Amino acid sequence: MVPRPFKVKEIIRESHDTVTLDLQPEKPEKEPGFAPGQFNMLYTFGVGEVPISISGSSSGADSYLHTIRDVGKVTHALASLKRGQKVGLRGPFGNAWPIEQAKSRDVVIMAGGIGLAPLRPALYALLSQRDQYGNISLLYGSRTREDLLFHHEFETWKGKYGVQVKVSVDTADRDWKGNVGVVTTLIHRVSFDPSNCIAMICGPEIMMRFSAMELVQAGLEEDKIYMTMERNMKCAVGFCGHCQFGPAFICKDGPVFSYDRIKPFISTREI
Amino acid sequence: MNKPGVIDREGLNRLIQTLIGRGYQVVGPTVRDEAIVYDNVFSIEDLPAGWTDEQEGGTYRLKKRSDDALFGYTLGPHSWKRFLHPPERRLWQAQKDSLDFDIVPEQPDNTKYAFLGMRSCELHAIAIQDKVFIQSPHTDLHYQSLRQNALFVAVNCGQAGNTCFCVSMQTGPKVEAGYDLVLTEILDDSHHSFLIEAGSEAGKNILEEVKAGPAGAGEIKKAEEIVTNTAKQMGRAMETGNIKELLYENLEHPAWGEIAERCLSCANCTMVCPTCFCSTVEDVTDVAGDHAERWQKWDSCFTMDFSSIHGGAVRNSTQSRYRQWMTHKLASWQDQFDTSGCVGCGRCITWCPVGIDLTREVAVIRESTTCQEENFSGSEAQNENS
Repeated sequence: MVPRPFKVKEIIRESHDTVTLDLQPEKPEKEPGFAPGQFNMLYTFGVGEVPISISGSSSGADSYLHTIRDVGKVTHALASLKRGQKVGLRGPFGNAWPIEQAKSRDVVIMAGGIGLAPLRPALYALLSQRDQYGNISLLYGSRTREDLLFHHEFETWKGKYGVQVKVSVDTADRDWKGNVGVVTTLIHRVSFDPSNCIAMICGPEIMMRFSAMELVQAGLEEDKIYMTMERNMKCAVGFCGHCQFGPAFICKDGPVFSYDRIKPFISTREI
Repeated sequence: MNKPGVIDREGLNRLIQTLIGRGYQVVGPTVRDEAIVYDNVFSIEDLPAGWTDEQEGGTYRLKKRSDDALFGYTLGPHSWKRFLHPPERRLWQAQKDSLDFDIVPEQPDNTKYAFLGMRSCELHAIAIQDKVFIQSPHTDLHYQSLRQNALFVAVNCGQAGNTCFCVSMQTGPKVEAGYDLVLTEILDDSHHSFLIEAGSEAGKNILEEVKAGPAGAGEIKKAEEIVTNTAKQMGRAMETGNIKELLYENLEHPAWGEIAERCLSCANCTMVCPTCFCSTVEDVTDVAGDHAERWQKWDSCFTMDFSSIHGGAVRNSTQSRYRQWMTHKLASWQDQFDTSGCVGCGRCITWCPVGIDLTREVAVIRESTTCQEENFSGSEAQNENS
């Protein structure tokens, strides 16, 4: 329940409102490591604490990358940190994307906006054993081209690893040569075998719901579709009750859930 | 565990003194602000002698009894959770030092509580909170410390209240497990005594020091009759068969909207509930901005803030919040902790300002679904006839 001291080692500006912080433990103790999909609770002095997913690691087990969009009081304080400043960190918490289960299958990753952040370590894990997986697709929806995250990595993912990367934006100016529209329209533009495929989705709840429905339409079984849920979170260890989503505590039973498990709840309003 | 003994009022006083002598902070029922509340007890003089209570949906009133019974009432607004899982507690402090800050965690509370006058439903409620705070992947060290140090002196209920339904929830009224000592208050024209039994080694050890007299067969029988009689007086009942499926299948039932027209979203039910465990944290800073503290405070699923995420609250409507509370208590609690979250104490009914009664609301949903099924089979029958 008590944050551990971490230092901001590096700050990477990702877009006009988003930064990635590279956090390292102040005391060089062995960190527990993390699984793709897990999150940490980040605390800034005198402001507060928020759950932020882990978007990667710069040096194996003893550093966490956190990609943070400046939208609230605490995320603003986090996004305003300078190199060398201290943050409190609790975690990692939660379960992981089905990396093992996806072996010898095609993988479709669907992300909306900042939702690409928790999916990036999953993609890294897949690419680190590229030959173990079939077709890998990344379908990424963003508000505008200025909001696209990690776009400097797209070419590597495409060229070196053969990932089918498709991007769509909600609104675009005349210079934009790519797709415009919701991310679900990209599903039919990549090839995968729906009978032997795992999908991983992260984005706004409505985007995940429609993506799952489209994937089912395309032939995927409900238990092969995974998504991460978001609810208010205070303790991250199952005590505070805030993150309940139907029968699940998102902090300890999630944040990654298979669609078949949460379908009755994700399609009910105000759960 | 061992043979029951008998003590009189003086013996009960000796029990309190023995507990104090052994370093326990004795907490028990007292009268304050026209209600039975749990507070420090130093002798039997502090106990609510000759008081009883009248309870109904939205109603609680203390009344004088015709005798000097010390446990002649049911439950007040307090539950023991306010001691094991306090309404507010500091988790840690942080001190700023130029650009840096250091965090100092709060040490677990080592208070030795002896709870006097616990009812069967309350012991069940604590067993349920144990599952949340101790028997889960993470442990709340503060709760665990208090819980391990605590001694439980229970009382078999001599009467049931109008809002009680522990029989339906299989949580009472007879105290059967999880206690160190259990009392049954026996009152007749000439005698006022307590049958006392130990339920643990610690209880047995204390009982030896209290020097209880041996219980006669008559007293044991009488005590048994008292609690059997209480079981027959339950003011409410809840049909629990398939309750999880019933609620999960009726997340969109019109009853939720109808309840919301009465529900004030005031959170009283969650505050008085002995199993509701939700909390929030508040980060506070001093005026100079050099000292910060994190406080854990009871929270309620009835507040707007409870479900707020970036973009707004998930549960904006009162009906969604009441649905969350009741489906959690009676349905999803079973998935999460393998037990119901309700012990049938009836506090949420008594202390609801508008008297919303969850036993009634469950019955409304149950009856409507049974009606639908009957109508359906009825129309089928008609079709066959035609």
